[in-house]
Amino acid sequence: MTRRPPHWGSVGIVMLVHTALDRAEQVARHWHAAGCPIVIHCDKSTPRRAYEAFREALADLPDIRFSQRHRCEWGTWGIVAATQKASELMLVEFPKVRHVYLASGSCLPLRPVQELIDYLAERPRTDFIESATTADVPWTVGGLDEERFTLRFPFSWKRQRHLFDRYVAIQRKIGFKRKIPRNILPHMGSQWWCLTRQTLSAILQDPERPAYDRYFRRVWIPDESYFQTLARLYSTSIESRSLTLSKFDFQGKPHIFYDDHLQLLRRSDCFVARKIWAHADRLYEAFLTSPEGAMSRTEPNPGKIDRIFAKAVERRTRGRPGLYMQSRFPNEGWENGMTGGRYSVFQGFAELFENFEPWLARSTGARVHGHLFAPDRVEYSGDQPVINGALSDSAAARDYNRKAFLTNLIWNTRGERQCFQLGPADIPNPVADQQEDPDMELSWMLARDPNAQISIISGAWALPLFKSNRNFADIRAEAARLQKIESEHLDVLRSPYSKARIRIWTMADFIESPMESLQTIIDEIGNKGLRRLAEAPRMTDLTGFGQFLQNLKNQGMHPYLMGDFPVVGQPVGSENDKPRKPYLVQ
Amino acid sequence: MGVVQSYRLRLQRKRWRIRAFRKRRELRAISDRTARIRPDDILLFSTQRNEKIRLPYFLHYYREMGVNHFLIVDNDSDDGSLEYLMKQSDVSVWHTRKSYKRSRFGVDWLNWLQWQHAHGHWALVVDPDEFLVYPFCDTRPLRALTDWLDASSIKSFSAMLLDMYPKGRIDAQPYQEGQNPLEITSWFDSGNYMIQKNGKFGNLWIQGGPRARVFFRDAPEKAPALNKIPLVKWDRRYAYVSSTHMLLPRGLNLVYDEWGGEKASGVLLHTKFLDTFTAKAQEELDRKQHYAASIEYKAYAETLARNPDLWCKWSEKYINWRQLEILGLMSKGNWA
Repeated sequence: MTRRPPHWGSVGIVMLVHTALDRAEQVARHWHAAGCPIVIHCDKSTPRRAYEAFREALADLPDIRFSQRHRCEWGTWGIVAATQKASELMLVEFPKVRHVYLASGSCLPLRPVQELIDYLAERPRTDFIESATTADVPWTVGGLDEERFTLRFPFSWKRQRHLFDRYVAIQRKIGFKRKIPRNILPHMGSQWWCLTRQTLSAILQDPERPAYDRYFRRVWIPDESYFQTLARLYSTSIESRSLTLSKFDFQGKPHIFYDDHLQLLRRSDCFVARKIWAHADRLYEAFLTSPEGAMSRTEPNPGKIDRIFAKAVERRTRGRPGLYMQSRFPNEGWENGMTGGRYSVFQGFAELFENFEPWLARSTGARVHGHLFAPDRVEYSGDQPVINGALSDSAAARDYNRKAFLTNLIWNTRGERQCFQLGPADIPNPVADQQEDPDMELSWMLARDPNAQISIISGAWALPLFKSNRNFADIRAEAARLQKIESEHLDVLRSPYSKARIRIWTMADFIESPMESLQTIIDEIGNKGLRRLAEAPRMTDLTGFGQFLQNLKNQGMHPYLMGDFPVVGQPVGSENDKPRKPYLVQ
Repeated sequence: MGVVQSYRLRLQRKRWRIRAFRKRRELRAISDRTARIRPDDILLFSTQRNEKIRLPYFLHYYREMGVNHFLIVDNDSDDGSLEYLMKQSDVSVWHTRKSYKRSRFGVDWLNWLQWQHAHGHWALVVDPDEFLVYPFCDTRPLRALTDWLDASSIKSFSAMLLDMYPKGRIDAQPYQEGQNPLEITSWFDSGNYMIQKNGKFGNLWIQGGPRARVFFRDAPEKAPALNKIPLVKWDRRYAYVSSTHMLLPRGLNLVYDEWGGEKASGVLLHTKFLDTFTAKAQEELDRKQHYAASIEYKAYAETLARNPDLWCKWSEKYINWRQLEILGLMSKGNWA
């Protein structure tokens, strides 16, 4: 007779199976080979023929028993009843068993079973069962935590969702509350535990058990609370964690492991993982046929797996900010960031400073575009016809869906700050063309976005008109149009709903101390650290601008957005120190 | 949605099903191996016309992925593709000479076949130039996905059409039978897609990509729809409304999350722009059997005559599904 390893037969496995019986058989053989007696419970909904064949297949193993079958529907009492029956059978049939390990047919031992046996033998009095009070844990489905224990749940959540929800609502409305049996405090935790014979038998042989069973029969998901609560009554030493690695997604359903998780599972040092996809041939092959022992007796360390699954839940519930795609199309207000990153909008700067765009690019390192919303084409930096993500410069495509255009641009260039120019000429005229843009869509889009940094020198649109060689009547009409648009645009930006970082100067204010204002904006962009601006952009020559504005006024068109410009000369305090020629009013 | 609207959609669904029922007579079974379909088989439905050159790789690709049975409607091919399909042991094929257009671009025929054979199965509806890519498709078979969808109570899976194209002239590299078309059409547009919500059916309407960029530069509203829901746990009461862009009942179209999260989704790599395309576009233009009076094909023919190069400096070269997921074209959702 071969010598058996120490503690042979001291760990019993209670296995709950319902599908993939071939895999269950494989795993049962694996446990059995390491000297673990097994009690199998097979769900009553498994067809009789399949069940018989399964029993037949395992008939050659001496230490296997099959317990009375129950129907186990998720969230109902059946699973607890099955566990009770199987555990009782285990305790009666295999008196050597010291720890009982509850596992399922889709659990897979990751480390040699002997390591688990040794681990438990070193902790003969310890119960491994995750068990926490409802107030302390956030893992609940359907908004039910405390109420799991105080309402009744006669309907199936999976098959009779409507009735389930209605019945909960009614009970809430009439203020129904069940009485929790004396001397128990509800605890919850993972369904998969490992209890000592002492604790388990105390639970199963408790004289109060019929009362407890009656109570838990109508608790929701009792398999996550029955043993978790009662173990607290008897255990001398509870380790509140499960030895089975089992991760749940945001709907409370277990994550599944596949072949490509092999390395992750190996490095986790966990004893058992659930749940394994039945067709994950490589996993079953790797862990059942050539178990590679973790050389040191390390504690389970599922950190990396935790992170991967936590990220998956995060992706499913929060998503990637600024991304709009086939399976993420958030309603307004639920974007978790309308765009994917910060960007800057400049209005009036390129008109006031002759070399503003190259200067801005030099001082911030950001990508500086021209007027992205210019009516005839998209003015990308460097005059490119197509930009990141194959976004084209077609004005028609841009105007077809402006939000998609902007969010695409910011998404495609993530990691690089984008800056672009805007002017009233880019904003579709709300008056002349009602259909085009009735609600100042473009202005609202920018104003609503907390990622937008919008800097405006109001009234600067008059400068190109001032320098233009057009008839004054045309200039007057155009000035009136642009002023109206800009004024409405500013109203939108100043509304209480706007979330962008917005700075608005009148042109007269701005040129009083342009460097100070520019410094503030550049600092906020913050790409190059907090350095003083070494170089100023070149301001355009404003000689005669005051007179130009006066001429507009004389024609009955009052330009007010640029602030107060004296008719003669330069406003005070301008950084442009060049002496000016005296200017005569005619 | 009001009761009236809901009832109208119900009527519309019935109308599509009745239409499919009437169109059943247009189909003649050439080789019907559907008796071999087992209860949990994954089925693939397709219509094809003169795609002999593409079929070997197409069948190979989806067999590898884990499709168990192919159900194909042959629309009067004369290039030997019907004979080729008849020889495949996992293919059932029907033949018709009737109008592709009047069967609503094959939808009626396939709705009928799905009604008959797909009830209770996962059914994938793709054209011979469309190749499904889903999260982890390089390490997990299609059944891993459908099992996960079943476990998550998800009934439909979105896979947007991603137009693939070669670098240089479309006709520069001839395609060989059996070759992976992605060796030639390995480029795509990564970030110029425009999305709107369709209030009536609840689906997203996606346009963009190279076709919008080049062929519909000045009329983006006419650019073809790219949203697709090709993989559905079929029930005989379901019906595709327009190609695989949308279905009824409309709950099946809710393949996207509206509260900021991402649902799992895939991509259909669309390898239409091979050297065979120029001839095909001309033929389709003559037959006038395509959507919206073949406006698409007119645009193609005009543009292709000038400069058949869809490639640009910012085109992205296809590597794998992870690349598509990083670019935000598809998502793992909460599948990990």
